[in-house]
Amino acid sequence: MQTPAPTDYVRATSVANAIALLEEHGEEARLLAGGHSLLPMMKLRVARPEMLIDINDLDELRGIKVEGDELVIGAMVTHNEVLESPVLAEHYAIFREAEKVIADPLVRNRGTVGGSMCQADPSEDLSAVGSALKASVVIQGSSGSRTVPLREFHDGPYTTVVEPNEILTQVRVPIRPGAGSAYEKVERRVGDWAVCAAGSFVVVSGGVVTDCGIGLTAVSAEHFCAPEAEAFLIGKAPTDENLREAANLAAAATDPSSDQRGPADYKRHLAGELTFRALKRSAAASQGA
Amino acid sequence: MQISITINGETVTRDVEPRRLLVHFIREDAGLRGTHWGCDTSNCGACTVWLDGKPVKSCTVLAAQADGHEVKTVEGLETADGLDPIQQGFIECHGLQCGFCTPGMMMTGRALIDENPNPSDQEIREAISGQICRCTGYNNIVKAIRWAAEAEASSEVNA
Ligand code: FES
Ligand code: FES
Repeated sequence: MQTPAPTDYVRATSVANAIALLEEHGEEARLLAGGHSLLPMMKLRVARPEMLIDINDLDELRGIKVEGDELVIGAMVTHNEVLESPVLAEHYAIFREAEKVIADPLVRNRGTVGGSMCQADPSEDLSAVGSALKASVVIQGSSGSRTVPLREFHDGPYTTVVEPNEILTQVRVPIRPGAGSAYEKVERRVGDWAVCAAGSFVVVSGGVVTDCGIGLTAVSAEHFCAPEAEAFLIGKAPTDENLREAANLAAAATDPSSDQRGPADYKRHLAGELTFRALKRSAAASQGA
Repeated sequence: MQISITINGETVTRDVEPRRLLVHFIREDAGLRGTHWGCDTSNCGACTVWLDGKPVKSCTVLAAQADGHEVKTVEGLETADGLDPIQQGFIECHGLQCGFCTPGMMMTGRALIDENPNPSDQEIREAISGQICRCTGYNNIVKAIRWAAEAEASSEVNA
């Protein structure tokens, strides 16, 4: 039987209250969102927080909305809410495609966007989605809030720029009229982490790619992205040949390690192939095909 | 800490450690052993119950998080009118062998039919994809859930 170490528990009543509680309890406190990363780590005693600050009552962290030319996803939005969101689906198919293969339907009822991002698992899917879409996150502390591009959010595996007395409140995604997007993942079985996954958005205008983004997970791509591959595509026609070349550049941006999910060269091959498929479907969607 | 959870309509109040998991609260503190406890690692889904109407894995929720909330377990399926169609479906279609996964499968199946009264086999398979059955090979579970959906649809037509 796996049991977490003894801990205290308190429910935050507002974001400001959660931050005050974090400051009061210091580094031994942890925010408890959906709990589907933190509780398993506590059961394994990899994490032993002395105080859990439950943020499930904070309605200000829920909801998906459009603000100006951005999509705003609250940190406590669950994976299933992302999966079923009509407004996200309207702008970016990648959300639905990625969420369909994140964990399983029961876990998706509890796990949250903010929790996944802050857990910052190097095989996490939403980080690749957010990186592909060049999203940013809003981080709030006692002295105000700051907006950080997702491509500057991760400090390495399981670490982010969120300070112990701060809370991630929102993910913000620029709306790009005419963009097509897609997500491609290979996993050993339902609910497992990706062997490799790639996501992309592409805007095709006048027969050439005018904007694009590529995200990769589980293959140690820096900040989950492939900027050289993106730069290569700009101004080029979305032919198979060009997309294949971009995919090769994306694969070159990875540094996978061999583990029980597969050898490194297989994962690098996947990175190229899945990027190609995602780009191809993104470009086709952008051209209304 | 003292917490109160409404389980199948009845409020259960107990003093628990904050680290108490919901599955143990249900089984040990509330004495409802219908909910099973298997892998302990959010893989098997034997511990599936409803929290505020949604199926969740109760080994990965703290009892404290359910304080003031509503839980429904397999014991809450049967009504004064008899077995829930989902329970009847598992009987009709031989949807269980050892029965260990069954409470979780029934809670997920019931939630699926509430949301989607006419699910395809593919949708049923997706709904139970976070749950493991070591015995049946899943086919009869899918049939059982479909039986329940069809039984309900036809009883509504006749009503
Ligand atoms: S005991 Fe909860 S998922 Fe297996
Ligand atoms: S009937 Fe035995 S595990 Fe499903």
